[in-house]
Amino acid sequence: MLGLKKADLRLFLIVVGLVVFAPFLLNPFPESVGMAQFNAGYPDLMQKLVIFGIFAVGYNILFGLTGYLSFGHAAFLGVGSYSGVWMMKLLTMNVIPALIVSVIAAGLFSLLIGYVSLRRTGIYFSILTLAFAQMCYSLAYSVLTPITGGETGLTLSLSDPRILGAAQAADGNIPAAHIFGLGMGESAELVLGDWSFTFNVGYYLSGIVMLVAFYLAIRLFRSPFGLMLRAIKSNQTRMSYTGLNPRPYALAAFVISGMYAGLAGGLMVAMDPLAGAERMLWTASGEVVLMTILGGAGTLIGPILGAGVIVYLESIISTINSSVLHGWFNALPDWLENTLVNIMYPFVGSGWHLTLGLVFMLVVIFLPGGIVEGGKRIAGVFKRNRAEPSGDIKKSAEPGE
Amino acid sequence: MGILEVKGLNKRFGGLQALGDVNLEVQESTCHAIIGPNGAGKSTLLNCLVGKLMPDSGTVMFQGKDVLGCKPHEINQMGISRVFQTPEIFADQTVLENVLIPCFAGRDGSFRMRAFESIGSEVDIISQAEEMLREVGMHKKTDMLAGSLSRGDKRRLEMAMSLVQQPKLLLLDEPTAGMSRADTNNTIGLLKEIRTSRNITMAIIEHDMHVVFSLADVITVLAQGKILVEDIPENIKGHPKVREAYLGDAEV
Repeated sequence: MLGLKKADLRLFLIVVGLVVFAPFLLNPFPESVGMAQFNAGYPDLMQKLVIFGIFAVGYNILFGLTGYLSFGHAAFLGVGSYSGVWMMKLLTMNVIPALIVSVIAAGLFSLLIGYVSLRRTGIYFSILTLAFAQMCYSLAYSVLTPITGGETGLTLSLSDPRILGAAQAADGNIPAAHIFGLGMGESAELVLGDWSFTFNVGYYLSGIVMLVAFYLAIRLFRSPFGLMLRAIKSNQTRMSYTGLNPRPYALAAFVISGMYAGLAGGLMVAMDPLAGAERMLWTASGEVVLMTILGGAGTLIGPILGAGVIVYLESIISTINSSVLHGWFNALPDWLENTLVNIMYPFVGSGWHLTLGLVFMLVVIFLPGGIVEGGKRIAGVFKRNRAEPSGDIKKSAEPGE
Repeated sequence: MGILEVKGLNKRFGGLQALGDVNLEVQESTCHAIIGPNGAGKSTLLNCLVGKLMPDSGTVMFQGKDVLGCKPHEINQMGISRVFQTPEIFADQTVLENVLIPCFAGRDGSFRMRAFESIGSEVDIISQAEEMLREVGMHKKTDMLAGSLSRGDKRRLEMAMSLVQQPKLLLLDEPTAGMSRADTNNTIGLLKEIRTSRNITMAIIEHDMHVVFSLADVITVLAQGKILVEDIPENIKGHPKVREAYLGDAEV
């Protein structure tokens, strides 16, 4: 079905299920319980989860398959965001043109940067992409202020032309982003006893876009083109002596992943129509590298998991403060409570990066293949236990899964 | 006229004359061996033929087309395939995938984006690759990672990757280096079989005289960048100049 093999189809359907039921899955705790702190089922966060999922899935096409470690992909995200906002300023608040133009603009931009950067491999390639991205950031921050809004960022205003839509809404405000009249911010609420679940239009649009992007990535992974991309990572010398030109293959992968980044950038402004230069900063580029490696580079589902974990940690842990910590350890004796709070405090709130760093280190040291490898090991233990009575050894999953 | 014609090839590395006015003609459907002591310029010559090195002067014509200045992948697409001294394979990929890649390169050229077709639906290509693996005796290892193969199997795999492209000229750089006697004999058998079944022209660089004399129709002896003699194997065996060049380096 859908041109996918059975295992891939199953994986895809699992992701479809996760996306569709995320508002329930991410809200397991009732509102009144202290654990509600860990609920993630609110629109902003869910949108961010799937948008970064798209970013990481695209990045994985370059890094996971070809092995080219780009440190500049945030630039394409930024270009996508700026072009998205400009479409909303000039054309219409409908997000479809904004998304299309974001992808095209980021694609063209990555063609340019990729063409130059791919003349080198390894660390030199990484440094080149990093340099380009920082240049883009500086340009966006200062020189190109008329286009990018500089320090304040690019925002919508009442004086925008918006030739296919209204410059201002009926109530005199800036109109909201929508898709054929359905506002991105609109939500339906479902209250079940102490639980409340939010179904947001923007989230489901992003979710559908992510599913399409993920589906295309699966097809690409299983295609002859994907095979060639893996050949680049494996042995470029052999590739040239086999009559294949590695350069255009790598460039194509670079542009495709740039377009995914642009799509993510476009969706970000579709959810919240403003774009700032900090979106292009090198830390943002580094974040997508972390997501991909944490989840498992070169695997299909890994980047989505990695993006999910990092976005979730960032949002949830950064909201924990000392009073929340004291609340948790309330029942303990005072001295123990204070000690525990003091130990944990540096790792929460604005110190969430420490937690991220720890998690990342643990994964890289103990699970070099990322979360996916962890999952496989656990599955392997279960399989062995089940297989032991009959004594047959199951063949390991195919590479690239 | 030979399938490959090398004329007046010179290559200098600093003060070292690696190749000095080398002329070579490989006739179609023959096996042409190039031998010589270490540092004779055999590998330099080979690298000039496949686009890895650019000679200082001279011409290399393959089937009447100029090869010099072409990239390795372009030369391969012309029909010259190379087997390396240490096997160059796609270590992270399965044995089958290793053979699929040259199959796709043969059908689709040096670049073609087939991003939405599934490999699984390319039935012709897969059966072509599987047949090739059967021919070299590796059909039971198709799902193994190429990097985990034994050295002999890696060589066999690399050979399969070259042969599946049905090259017009196969360049072999010490195809039996580091092999056991039995493996060497297997490889000789395989190469002989290929020659009779596929009629591929071969140029072979080899140290092992056993291999050279079992396969070659013509032997060129290279020493210090220059061609010493070129003759049929029977005449090379007792040639005084060859003995001198090797100085007992190998029993010629």
